Amino acid sequence: MVKLRRTEELTELRMLRTVNNYLIRHAQNCLGALGNMVRKPIASMLTITVIGIALALPSALSIIVRNGQALAGGLEDLRDFSVYTKPGVSLGQAEDLRTRIDNETVVRSTQFISASEALEEFRDDEELSDLVRALTDNPLPHTIVVRPTLDAQPATLKALKNLLVQHPLVDLVKLDTEWVQRFSAILDFARRAVWVATILLGGAVIIIIGNTIRLDIENRRAEIEVSKLFGASDGFVRRPFLYTGFWYGLFGGILASLLLVLSMWLLNGPVERLIRLYGGGFEPFGIDGRTLLTIFSIGLLVGLSGAWLAVARHLAAIQPRV
Amino acid sequence: MIRFDKVTKRYNQGRDALRNVSFDIDSGELIFLTGHSGAGKSTLLKLITLIERPTHGQVLVEGRNIGRLPRQRIPAHRRQIGMVFQDHKLLKDRTVFENIALPMVIANYAQREIRGRVRAALDYVGLQNKETHTPAMLSTGEQQRIGIARAIVARPKLLIADEPTGNLDPQLSLDIMNLFRRFNEVGVTMLIATHDLGLIEQLGGRLIVLENGEIKAD
Repeated sequence: MVKLRRTEELTELRMLRTVNNYLIRHAQNCLGALGNMVRKPIASMLTITVIGIALALPSALSIIVRNGQALAGGLEDLRDFSVYTKPGVSLGQAEDLRTRIDNETVVRSTQFISASEALEEFRDDEELSDLVRALTDNPLPHTIVVRPTLDAQPATLKALKNLLVQHPLVDLVKLDTEWVQRFSAILDFARRAVWVATILLGGAVIIIIGNTIRLDIENRRAEIEVSKLFGASDGFVRRPFLYTGFWYGLFGGILASLLLVLSMWLLNGPVERLIRLYGGGFEPFGIDGRTLLTIFSIGLLVGLSGAWLAVARHLAAIQPRV
Repeated sequence: MIRFDKVTKRYNQGRDALRNVSFDIDSGELIFLTGHSGAGKSTLLKLITLIERPTHGQVLVEGRNIGRLPRQRIPAHRRQIGMVFQDHKLLKDRTVFENIALPMVIANYAQREIRGRVRAALDYVGLQNKETHTPAMLSTGEQQRIGIARAIVARPKLLIADEPTGNLDPQLSLDIMNLFRRFNEVGVTMLIATHDLGLIEQLGGRLIVLENGEIKAD
């Protein structure tokens, strides 16, 4: 019984030792891959730089788009609006109204579109010209496009709008949302573009790492052959190259973060001026922990997948020749 | 320990490198394999190390038909075999120590055990002071001895050597062969392919002669 327990203990000890050796081997491979990169500093730095730039670019674009979205949200109350007169209001009455609006302190400028000018515009429109020609008199109102001052407070603007809605000559006050819609359409497009750029550049990084590791495999052909002759498993042969991919991904991620911090710092001045011009009300996004974590994860992911691809394609082809 | 049963190896070009070859090797035997170049010596060794697989017939190592061994079991099979090559196949960018340690690193030995056994192996081949040298700093004979130290360090049951003295002068060849004999004396099965007939005569042992892929004499 005692003897049996002793055997069990020994087996356990042996297993522990095997696991321990295995972990030590991993640590050696991990550091060994790093050592190999340090031994070729220029080549490694070039590869890391390319990876860093390729990772930083979509991240920077994504930050810009996110800021654009926040900016668009902050502009809700700062939009131009149009004032339409009731039918039958004369040109003179409408122009008087325009002058009165123009004199408001929160209004920067106004643009007057008379009913006949509006009709002219419709007449020039290919689809509507026939319809317009069939009309005997002009059904269109006069329009006053109001552009508020940049520092106009949302509350004062709202008061002005309410005042205008109640004015006897005014039929309708309509927010001019067209450019905001256009802006968010552009943002949508930009967001899609960021995705496409991320996928393309991610693919490029995988190819770069794959190719670097392919060359590495070529250079270490003799070692791989001899290791296989002495019974190295696929995992044993694969490991150093996967660690190389890991390091490239990690350093690429670190460099991308540095590049991002640097470019955000360079953009800081113009961004702040832009915010001041739009009357504040909007906090710009910088690089937060989540962004960094994402960059690092993507870096590691593409590093490992690039290495894995190279290893899967090229290691099996190296078989010992005697 | 090793049994070839009507083994034929045909390469893609249609040439039979081995034809209907049968023989048995017992544990602890010292076998010389000889014949002209192209007689099938290398092919025979490749079948044992599973670099090639037989076209017909069976190759049994310790009763197991290795011709059927799945790919992922090949490494474990090779770890039981020590190999010595004519061109020694040492890694130029590694030290003597690292070269000899390779089979033990592959077999996942502890660092401490590796250090002890590598030193013992160096001692065995008489090059204990060359640990930190690189292969390029050694003579051809010394390189081959390092190759032998690497082959025996993981204590394989079977040692295979393909023209181990092919690049050496007669005196160095004799040194190498004496190393092999000492190793065989402690019970390791040895299979040595060579066409150095003088050496075979001096050492003695069983001789298998191949000619055109067939056994001519055993």
